Amino acid sequence: MYYINAFLLVGIISMIGQIILDNTKLTPGHITSIFVSIGALLSFMGLYDKLIEISKIGSSIPIMSFGNLLYKAALEGFYNNKIIGLFSNMLSTTSAGISSSVIIAFIISIFFKAKD
Amino acid sequence: MNKSEYKNIVKKYTPNEDKLKNAFYAFVSGGIIGLLSASIYALFISNDVESTIATSCTLVILILASSLLTGLGFFDTFVEKFKCGIIIPITGFAHSLTSEAIDNKNDGMITGLGASIFKLAGSVLLYGMVSAFILAIIKVIMNG
Repeated sequence: MYYINAFLLVGIISMIGQIILDNTKLTPGHITSIFVSIGALLSFMGLYDKLIEISKIGSSIPIMSFGNLLYKAALEGFYNNKIIGLFSNMLSTTSAGISSSVIIAFIISIFFKAKD
Repeated sequence: MNKSEYKNIVKKYTPNEDKLKNAFYAFVSGGIIGLLSASIYALFISNDVESTIATSCTLVILILASSLLTGLGFFDTFVEKFKCGIIIPITGFAHSLTSEAIDNKNDGMITGLGASIFKLAGSVLLYGMVSAFILAIIKVIMNG
């Protein structure tokens, strides 16, 4: 069940993105931005926790989890240190994803050339 | 040639993308990434790694894999076939950073690579942070 849930959750979210992409004039850039905002919105409405219940790891793979984590960290920061806590804590939980992608992207781009 | 004739000709030569097939491919490829990450996560958990650390490790492995595949040039063919199946997961974020960095490397380290690495991924960060900020403020006001 653990593996099936992870498969279904990521698969269905990707399929929703694909259906939006095929039936509108939006580009993949639009889709990812919209999905991050939707993630934050779902988290705001308390629905993202339901997805986490279905599959803990599956819910943290789609780009939507970015919005969810940003929102939760911002709120937690506000409760700890008021408005400055909101700013200082917002990126805390997503830091692993952001900084590792930036550093890895930089290192890879040093070693590889663009294909013609 | 009148308008309806012209429309018919345009329709004839527009590539007919099979939407059902695309959705199926996205579902399967997204699902496989989910399955893969679940296996990596389970591997970390079985080695007594804490669950938040295990999640981060899984994400870093996926990011490393997709950046490496982008560098080797395989990723673009995957994106063409599976589209959202690999754009929606975190692999798409890593791919957008790496591909922009590689494509613009020739314009120099600062004006090329540095300036354009966030060309696509920047909007994800921007709108994620803006919406998180606005929603957090609304939540705080609602709770008094």
